[in-house]
Amino acid sequence: MSERLRTDALHLGVIALLVVLFLTLPTYYAGNLSRIMVLAIYAIGYNLLFGYTGLLSLGHAMFFAAGMYGYGLTAQLAGWPALPAFALGILAGAALGLVVGALALRTAGVAFMIVTLMFAQSAYLTILYFGTWTRGDEGFVVPGVARVVLGIDLSGETERFVAALILFSLVLLVSGRLVRSRLGRTLVAIRENEERTRMLGYDATRLKLIAITVSAALSGLAGAAYALLFGYVGASFAAVPYSIFPLLWVLLGGAGTTVGPLIGVFFMFYLIDTASGITLAYMLIAGLALVLLTLFAPQGIAGLVRRRVRWLP
Amino acid sequence: MASVTSRPILETRGLTKLYGGLAANTDVDFQLPAGRITALIGPNGAGKSTFVGMVTGRIPATRGQVIFEGRDISALPAHARIGLGMAYTFQITSIFPGLDVRENVALAARRKTDGAHLGAKVGAALARVGLADRADAVAGDLSYGHQRLLEIAMGLAQDPKLFILDEPTQGLAESEVAGFVALIRDLAGETTILLIEHNMDVVMQAADHIVVLDQGMVLASGEPQAIRADRAVQAAYLGTADA
Repeated sequence: MSERLRTDALHLGVIALLVVLFLTLPTYYAGNLSRIMVLAIYAIGYNLLFGYTGLLSLGHAMFFAAGMYGYGLTAQLAGWPALPAFALGILAGAALGLVVGALALRTAGVAFMIVTLMFAQSAYLTILYFGTWTRGDEGFVVPGVARVVLGIDLSGETERFVAALILFSLVLLVSGRLVRSRLGRTLVAIRENEERTRMLGYDATRLKLIAITVSAALSGLAGAAYALLFGYVGASFAAVPYSIFPLLWVLLGGAGTTVGPLIGVFFMFYLIDTASGITLAYMLIAGLALVLLTLFAPQGIAGLVRRRVRWLP
Repeated sequence: MASVTSRPILETRGLTKLYGGLAANTDVDFQLPAGRITALIGPNGAGKSTFVGMVTGRIPATRGQVIFEGRDISALPAHARIGLGMAYTFQITSIFPGLDVRENVALAARRKTDGAHLGAKVGAALARVGLADRADAVAGDLSYGHQRLLEIAMGLAQDPKLFILDEPTQGLAESEVAGFVALIRDLAGETTILLIEHNMDVVMQAADHIVVLDQGMVLASGEPQAIRADRAVQAAYLGTADA
């Protein structure tokens, strides 16, 4: 019980810190916070599969895009209002996760990585193929009416921050409970020793499918939230980089920790931001920093902390 | 406590495994009496591990039936068979090395135990094997002998009706083997134990009943004394040609 309280307290502390940052930082940085939180939801979804279940997907962009297009296309083409379209985005992510998971889980290890990568490429090419409706690479701007929730226009800076904070807080708190639950602990067992888990009587294949579906639903939620809050839908969010980013964020922040994803997104965001202020070859600096961090902190930033604070969820 | 009865808890009929043209097990008809300690022995390559692999479902059988408590479980996947009340410890130590000892046992117990009783259950299983004071240690940091004991605790925490131990004393020191035999004897009557074992001293001390496999077939079965005196068994172990 005290473990659960500690976890909740830590997460509430993180949320409070985000509020303080928003209120005290200059507008430019405060504005970035909304984007960071939405991407952190994506990273939390990815971490559930990679960090907790031990499955490395190279195709999560398809789930992010499923949420983004599930929301964006129903708003754009069918004129759905924000909330139903948003819910459909989450559902699209989950459904795609269920289908792709059922097929991809017939493989393991490197084959699983390749299969997820291929599915994601197919999804990306599908978006380009149906360019008449999706506007392909160019993308489209979400109609203003679909960005109004309960009479509040989410395109304003403060409204956007509050919406992102609510979503992120929910996801963080729920993920904290989830990884401590019976399901979460069994997923960790699968990561640690799948054969042993199976021979303790757990249906590992079914549990992995659940993990992919939940992970994809969270990724879809992040994709839909991105389109909802920033008003743009485009095929670049379905491309390979958006499958690699969550892996990097999670590795940097600390795989298998609940706060690692947020830390990773934060770190990476400001690493690129700072580096691009210094030189045009900013990716060179970013790359170097990543190499150093991987060399000296292979467990990620939160992983380093966990060495001292063993209870870190 | 389950009473010692003659009704078999586990039965196989015509269980066969072919690897290509090579027969690892041929038509094994096997009956495991409930509530007792049965040892499955046989020379290297006799097909012992393949046999228990087919019983637990880890290895798909080429043909034949596995019957557990009167129910044909031949079509069930491994996890479902475990769910029916089998527990299995691997020949090569298989634990969750990155998790602490308590969580290792909790994972074994959690499938059948609710949260309120979990702590007591885990504590009892650990106390039973003598690891109560190591509950907070990381499992991978335990000595090899302790890891083997941890596996047994993980088996016990599942309250198995049938506990299959695949070469549990392999790699243990003499003193640890003695402790292990005492532990196994202590479990007699509580559950049915199928022991796959190389060490004949352990078999003779621990088992009530012995089944001998040779070249994938049941060569003999009976009380330890009878098996010890069996000429065919001696021949199989000593390699004489008149068996």
